[in-house]
Amino acid sequence: MLGKTAGGLYWMFRFLERGENTARLVEAGFRIALTRSTDSETEWKSVVTTAGVKDGYGAKYDTFNAANVVDYLLRDTTNPSSVISVTEKARTNARMVRTALTTEVWESVNENWMTLKSALKKPVKETELPAILGIIRQQSALVRGALHGTMLRNDIFDFAMIGTALERADNTARIIDVKYYTLLPSASFVGSSIDNVQWETVLRSVSAHRAFRWLNESEMTSSTIAEFLMLDARFPRSLAFCTKHLVANLGYLAKDYGERLPCHDLADSLQSKLKKNDIGSIFETGLHQFIGDFIRENNAVGAQIELDYRFNG
Amino acid sequence: MGSDRKNFDEMLFGSEGVRQPYDNYEKWFGSEDPARLTKKSKEAEAFFRRTGITFNVYGQAAAQERLIPFDLVPRILSSREWTRLSKGIEQRVRAINAFLHDIYNRQEILRAGRVPIELISQNAAFLPQMIGMSPPGDVYTHIVGTDIVRTGEDDFFVLEDNARTPSGVSYMLENRETMLHMFPELFSQIKVQPVSDYPKNLRKSLAACAPHSCEGKPTVAVLTPGIHNSAYFEHSFLADQMGVELVEGHDLRVVDGHIAMRTTQGYKVIDVLYRRVDDEYLDPLNFKPESMLGVPGIMDVYRAGNITIANAPGTGIADDKAIYSYMPDIIEFYTGEKAILKNVETWRCSEPASLQYVLEHLSELVVKEVHGSGGYGMLVGPAASQKELSAFTAKLKSNPGNYIAQPTLSLSTVPIFTKKQLAPRHVDLRPFVLVSPNKVSITPGGLTRVALKAGSLVVNSSQGGGTKDTWVLED
Repeated sequence: MLGKTAGGLYWMFRFLERGENTARLVEAGFRIALTRSTDSETEWKSVVTTAGVKDGYGAKYDTFNAANVVDYLLRDTTNPSSVISVTEKARTNARMVRTALTTEVWESVNENWMTLKSALKKPVKETELPAILGIIRQQSALVRGALHGTMLRNDIFDFAMIGTALERADNTARIIDVKYYTLLPSASFVGSSIDNVQWETVLRSVSAHRAFRWLNESEMTSSTIAEFLMLDARFPRSLAFCTKHLVANLGYLAKDYGERLPCHDLADSLQSKLKKNDIGSIFETGLHQFIGDFIRENNAVGAQIELDYRFNG
Repeated sequence: MGSDRKNFDEMLFGSEGVRQPYDNYEKWFGSEDPARLTKKSKEAEAFFRRTGITFNVYGQAAAQERLIPFDLVPRILSSREWTRLSKGIEQRVRAINAFLHDIYNRQEILRAGRVPIELISQNAAFLPQMIGMSPPGDVYTHIVGTDIVRTGEDDFFVLEDNARTPSGVSYMLENRETMLHMFPELFSQIKVQPVSDYPKNLRKSLAACAPHSCEGKPTVAVLTPGIHNSAYFEHSFLADQMGVELVEGHDLRVVDGHIAMRTTQGYKVIDVLYRRVDDEYLDPLNFKPESMLGVPGIMDVYRAGNITIANAPGTGIADDKAIYSYMPDIIEFYTGEKAILKNVETWRCSEPASLQYVLEHLSELVVKEVHGSGGYGMLVGPAASQKELSAFTAKLKSNPGNYIAQPTLSLSTVPIFTKKQLAPRHVDLRPFVLVSPNKVSITPGGLTRVALKAGSLVVNSSQGGGTKDTWVLED
């Protein structure tokens, strides 16, 4: 496979994952803003911060409100991480790597782009937002279905999965990073309504509210939530799950090509940090510190993969 | 549409009714509900959009990707008509390859005075880098798309030879797929020769042209200028269908005297490069130094016999519009036979007497740039305004050698499906030819381009033309 093609696939799936996650962030923010009228400005601000676009947003708007944030995150083409921007970039990459995709995957990505372009043509009214977020979620499910249902399990699939895992880990980590103070066990108002709101936002941002409740029926505490999002490898958006898949897919590549490269060691060390720590020791190190390190090391794995597999030269 | 009455219509022939090749189709069409066909026509468009069969139009930022309109009425040729056409095309393509080999080696046709030497020596399409070299198997034009027009029952003319990098073959294949998808019943009633083997044959034909240095199974790749190129869809389509890599210049470099592509596991040698990049961009060390689309040093690897470039650099000299006018002589010179397919009468504006004739008859003629393509920069006299005519007169006077002129042919028509009924529109035909050392093979059919505007003679997709599926019937 061409190095360029591997890079194109990897980024294509990072973009697709990012679009889906951004829509999920908006969904969580919207729900919180609707159900708790107090302090929605802070809530929207943290949504923008989590999406990693605070500077761009700040250059354009002075206040954080639903209309501006939703517009900037979903349909603003000047925002490189908006849903419409990453959808278009994913589709451009898909055209570039067309020969590596099945017809089904290509058509689903192309259709994703056509559908969202038309759905996001005009500013989204509040009444339409749930339906549009639903379309975004449905479209990404179609792409994922086509990928899993039709693609050969070879290096092409590995690079797609690696991009997905890295992007998703980064996203979940950033949500924890922005909200880390609400997850600290020392927070004095445990059980108060403020905590519940914050925790619910965090869980909804990664579609974890349902799964969490299954597992922790009556015990919603900051440390069980933090533990679940970081260390529970059964939950598909947890750091442990993403790293497990990152390491596994890199492993398939090493086996297929008969060669272990520096990125494999970096990924292994990222995973072992999650494995050897429990939530108690993470809190001892400092949650903020731990998550910051994770984000940096996760990015370093990505950069090393680009080098090792000759994405750019 | 009064002017169209004198045109030869390939389906409906005056009072005598439907022409024989269209017999069965017409019966089927007559029994169809027009509302169903309208619906099918919309389905076809959605199908093309979803599959991404689009082309980019230069200079139109807003509509970056457009669909080529597809008409659901096929253009049908009998096998007898096709046999004659394909004989003529094969003769022409063999002569072109012989001509190219001669021009870059002994130049006997120039010595014999059959083609003027200035036409070669002062022609930008003539590449001095090719002098004295013979590509593997002496094949220069691995892929040709001969443009053919028709004016009567037995009157076929070659309009252009397209020996550089003809495009459109993906539309030939996708148009057939679309028809099979929309009207499967038609194909069980009417036996049509298949076109779907083209990608397999292309790969075989390219592999058969691998350089002698290649041991084992040749590695083939398609070189594209990138996703912004107007024909990018076709480049990726062909690479995909052949199961080979689609590469860009920056994926390639010279490694140990070979061209190699950067893969996830290091550099891998390419034996045959089907390039869809023009000559002058192919190698910044040998041609345009600022080109980012090519591979530095590829011409040196080529001359050393370590890669096959398809089509060979310098083939443009054979489909130059000024050379075109000499094709009947060229065919006779190399094959010893008269040309089977006619040439369109051509005035070379470089010759004073011809220029004068052209200026006097501008409103009746079609004037083209010698090196132009895609319908850009041409004048269709009968359709031009006074203002356009006088602007072109000035251009002709200031640079006559840049132009040739031809009579406005009354191109044949084939009906298209409109909201109301069938309506005749002008068409041309581009069959696709594959050349390997021991074989010339022509896919039965080709790309039929159709002018969608009533009376219009311009069929180019960049100028608002559409396409049709082209059927060659089984015997």
